[in-house]
Amino acid sequence: MSRSAWTFLSWEKTTDRSSAVRQNFDLPLAADRSGSGRQRARVSRSSAMLGAMAEHESFVQLLNPAGQRREHPDYSVDFTSAEYRGLYEDLVTVRRLDAEATALQRQGELGLWASLLGQEAAQIGSGRALRRQDVVFPSYREHAVAWCKGLDPMSAIRLFRGVDHGAWDRQTTNFHGYSIVIGAQTLHATGYAMGITKDGPVGKDDAAAVIAYFGDGATSQGDTNEALIWSSVFAAPVVFFCQNNQYAISAPTRRQSRIPLYNRAAGFGLPGVQVDGNDVLACYAVTQAALQRARVGEGPTFVEAVTYRMAAHTTSDDTSRYRNASEEEYWRQRDPIIRYRAFLERERLADAQFFDSVAAQADAHAAQLRHLTLTMPDPLPETMLDHVYAEPHAELDRQKARYRAYLDGFDDSVLEPDAASARVPGWRKS
Amino acid sequence: MTVMTLGKALNEGLRAAMETDSRVLLMGEDIGVLGGVFRVTDGLAEDFGEARVIDTPLGESGIIGTAIGLAMRGYRPVCEIQFDGFVYPAFNQIVTQLAKLHYRTAGRVRLPVVIRIPFGGGIGAVEHHSESPEAYFAHTPGLRVVSCAQPADAYVMIQQAIASDDPVIFFEPKRRYWEKADVNTEVDLSNADVLGLHRARLLRTGRDATLVAYGPMVKTCLAAAETAAVDDRRELEVLDLRSLSPIDFAPLFVSVRKTGRMVVVHEAPGSAGLGAELAARVTQECFYELESPVIAVTGFDAPYPPARLEEHYLPDVERVLDGVDRVMNY
Repeated sequence: MSRSAWTFLSWEKTTDRSSAVRQNFDLPLAADRSGSGRQRARVSRSSAMLGAMAEHESFVQLLNPAGQRREHPDYSVDFTSAEYRGLYEDLVTVRRLDAEATALQRQGELGLWASLLGQEAAQIGSGRALRRQDVVFPSYREHAVAWCKGLDPMSAIRLFRGVDHGAWDRQTTNFHGYSIVIGAQTLHATGYAMGITKDGPVGKDDAAAVIAYFGDGATSQGDTNEALIWSSVFAAPVVFFCQNNQYAISAPTRRQSRIPLYNRAAGFGLPGVQVDGNDVLACYAVTQAALQRARVGEGPTFVEAVTYRMAAHTTSDDTSRYRNASEEEYWRQRDPIIRYRAFLERERLADAQFFDSVAAQADAHAAQLRHLTLTMPDPLPETMLDHVYAEPHAELDRQKARYRAYLDGFDDSVLEPDAASARVPGWRKS
Repeated sequence: MTVMTLGKALNEGLRAAMETDSRVLLMGEDIGVLGGVFRVTDGLAEDFGEARVIDTPLGESGIIGTAIGLAMRGYRPVCEIQFDGFVYPAFNQIVTQLAKLHYRTAGRVRLPVVIRIPFGGGIGAVEHHSESPEAYFAHTPGLRVVSCAQPADAYVMIQQAIASDDPVIFFEPKRRYWEKADVNTEVDLSNADVLGLHRARLLRTGRDATLVAYGPMVKTCLAAAETAAVDDRRELEVLDLRSLSPIDFAPLFVSVRKTGRMVVVHEAPGSAGLGAELAARVTQECFYELESPVIAVTGFDAPYPPARLEEHYLPDVERVLDGVDRVMNY
């Protein structure tokens, strides 16, 4: 397994924090308000949901919540010790970066952040199953998949800070843009996969496959359903990776479907697999098998990774209005990182020194993220009119020239810089 | 020169584009073995195969969404939306994705996708088959919007649209599909004499007033100008706008500065339509040369009516001439 970006960071930048896992585990959880009357009134409804969850135990699991290895007739993994440790490093690092981004939002440095807390195993497991040539069409929460594809973590920061709309390089990373419109990217993934088929390499082991990420809410979107139809009819080499994190903002999965989501696949004519989304090994194995199916020309697969969005939908959301502490506790017992660490310890694949160094390295990554965020310049005003079209556009040129002249009309010698800034939003001397 | 219908000219233009560039794909409902409900893609599936002329499942968002993915892979999809009133399921993909991806990616992703839409009324159809939704698209940054009015332009413009690296919404005047005229299929598109995709075309010169139209209303305006010349001895200038986004304002300003009067004609409802934009810009740029306010002769601010009423809804020669009377007698 290849290591990801940011290897320039020193491992020696250790802090005295006990472990990144515990530290970040606590961070995004709001104060426990389960004692309030409003919360108590909701317990029964939420318990019903937990009951429905228990029925999902048909999923593929290679690691139980206690970190014990389980065998599965169809899926397995074969990692070296170093690779097992690499997965842990990934899990901890992406959680630490996520916590830092959340903190930066709270401090006013980001406009918004969509936390991946709790979904690390689903994303690292599936993301590490991808080969370099495989192409990702993410939703907006796939920071860990981006990490696996070698995308600079600052890419998502720039988006959520409002510096750009996600203008990273798709060509070299094979990681396409975050789709904020729910489900829209599933069609792009399908069309792209159809293009791979047209280009010819499907059917060979080294062919590229496509993977589309989306959530439980997206399964109600027309686009997602059309993508399933198109991919099935055209046997497109695409994997639909649904992270069922139990909520579409406030709406629980039962508001999207009366049957387990993976069961829907059959109706579209493609196999559906349900996997324990908090089990990094199972997510890896299931995704790898689905990608291989796509590669050899057997067409699309629908994967439902059952996981939990431990944080809020975004930093603007308030989970206390729609879920309670007992439910959160249920899922805390299934934390993907605690489970995986227990496995490593049980199997003696890593020692305390390793865990400490991973935590320290993650902290260093976070410090780097913070530093680069705080020193990030704003774009120049008139760049907002760049790249609307690929080809020349006289009307936009006219508007750009006019706005530049307007900005130039402010006399720096008369106006104090602060006054000028106040008068023209985003104004700065260029 | 060959005499052919506008529909056939589009067909020949698509054929030429497919022969020129193997990455050009056609996608849509019933465009393969049937040749499209208006037969614009007639014979193309037979000649280029179903890998390049793709009969899709019945879902407009799916057509545009997968076309975007194919364009990201390097293809140049040309999508057919069967009728104007059926484009709305694809509206989200067009406006939030197709139009914005080049901007979103700071130019890293180019989407050379053409969306062909037969539009406008006058064919006695049932609901959803006679609409003029061009303003929605012209209002959306990132899209280019054009409409052909004559066979020769249809042949060239569809090829220019396919060659464009930006997404192009290509409105085809469905009731003019059967209009015949000379088409030069030997034309060299790289020749500087060939009018650019986003340039307006002056079709008739005159000194009394300027008629501005696009798509199906161009023929109506030419007929009105002819009538005005014979009956009223008025010399009307007729400008075929051709491009609705961006708009080629320069020849419009030249014309209005000469005539001092302008009537803009379209089938779409008048409020917040293309006519309103043209009137605003002409007023801004030609204020001192105008002899009267700009008049818009358009459809009404009502949904497209049942077919037995459409002749009242659609601007015709008489209504255009009524508009001319109003600018002349102001």
